[in-house]
Amino acid sequence: MNKSWWKIVAIILLLYTFTAGFIIHVPIIGNLQQTIRNLFFHVPMWFGQMILLLISLVFSIRYLRTGNLKEDIKAREFARTGILFGILGLVTGAIWANYTWGEPWSNDPKQIAVAIALLIYMAYFVLRNSMTDIDKRARVSSVYNIFAYFIYIPLIMILPRLVQSLHPGGEGVEGNPAMNGKDLDPTMRMVFWPAVFGWTLTGIWISNLYIRLSILKEKNWLHA
Amino acid sequence: MLVRKTNIRPVAELVIIFDSYLHLKAITLSTFHKISILFKKELLLELRQQYTFYGILLYIASTIFVLYLTMGEPEPAVWNGLFWIQLLFICTNAIAKSFLQEGKGRMLYYYTLSSATDFILAKLLYNVVLMILMSILSLVLFSFFLGTPFNGLIHFAALTCLGGFSISMVFTLLAAIAAKANQNAALMPILGFPLIIPQLLLLIKLSKSAFGEIFRDQAVVQMTLLLCGLDILIVVLSLILFPFLWKD
Repeated sequence: MNKSWWKIVAIILLLYTFTAGFIIHVPIIGNLQQTIRNLFFHVPMWFGQMILLLISLVFSIRYLRTGNLKEDIKAREFARTGILFGILGLVTGAIWANYTWGEPWSNDPKQIAVAIALLIYMAYFVLRNSMTDIDKRARVSSVYNIFAYFIYIPLIMILPRLVQSLHPGGEGVEGNPAMNGKDLDPTMRMVFWPAVFGWTLTGIWISNLYIRLSILKEKNWLHA
Repeated sequence: MLVRKTNIRPVAELVIIFDSYLHLKAITLSTFHKISILFKKELLLELRQQYTFYGILLYIASTIFVLYLTMGEPEPAVWNGLFWIQLLFICTNAIAKSFLQEGKGRMLYYYTLSSATDFILAKLLYNVVLMILMSILSLVLFSFFLGTPFNGLIHFAALTCLGGFSISMVFTLLAAIAAKANQNAALMPILGFPLIIPQLLLLIKLSKSAFGEIFRDQAVVQMTLLLCGLDILIVVLSLILFPFLWKD
């Protein structure tokens, strides 16, 4: 019970997101109408993905420093959940874009960025599976994970300034890499930030379960 | 620190400082010396195994000829896109061999002789020189076959060199990674293409300035500086990360 308080927090926050997210009064902006509620479900995927990939990066660095294979398993599972969040973000965004922009895919910089993130982290798994030696696999894929992350971050800073964005709050060349927090309606902010924390905690929870499963499965050679 | 603690006369102090300066110089010299030796080794290997070099040349020629047969003389925007993609493919092929050709035994031999940072710096330097050469060559062939829709030749040639430089930087460390993954050359594009997108987009955008597109004030300078900043980031990352790939 002591260690599971954050799981309870995650459940409460998500319950709050799913109830308040559909009940609260939202401002009507342009053609967004009621679809603006997607902010509580789609945007947190993006935040969650970034945080999960950051955690994956930290474990990769820790693996290179310590050589402990458990760190590598953690890096792998956080990257896996990061991919899951990326796919969910892409799908929720595409459904929403189909109604507001008229087409599911319109080469928006944020769509491109998430597609690139998916390609990078799928390549990470291809790289992992191409090696059979456990230590070598952990080391080489950690190096790739770190290299990729530090190229990916400048990319999502540069890209929105090169390509025009259709996203709300990201019009023109001054486009913001994430979203313009200042423009957010105060009542929406009351749901948005709890939603971000709730979804991110859920992502960490999912990764945690996979990590425990992997450590049990791979117990034989972890202690060898 | 040592000088301050002990009470030595000014002249002796000067001697010690000068001596430590010389010592410092000796260290830096030897690093440069090592890098230059490793660089010469790459060059010598290239000259001895000429078939790989000619192989890349033929790769460039046949790619551009196929493009010419399929496209003729395309519109400027298409030309620009084709040129950079073609350069990307050449880079993958030219740089993949830089680590793939090194056998396991030979890597062990280098390991005993030099440090990881010297080794990767020499590789980076050599790949940059090779790639700039290949970029200029493919620009010449491209202009010959597919026409010259750009305005300033020197402007575009400079951009091509910058492009070859940036792309080869990213692919050097990736070649090292691919070489570790069971010498799997097919991994290079899978790992590299998503990572090269920031540079590639910046390059394509920048090269539009050579096609007569007007930019905001300072935008071209800003983008060039951004590209150089990315290159510096990649050198630093390579220097930090390569030592981990190096040991087995």
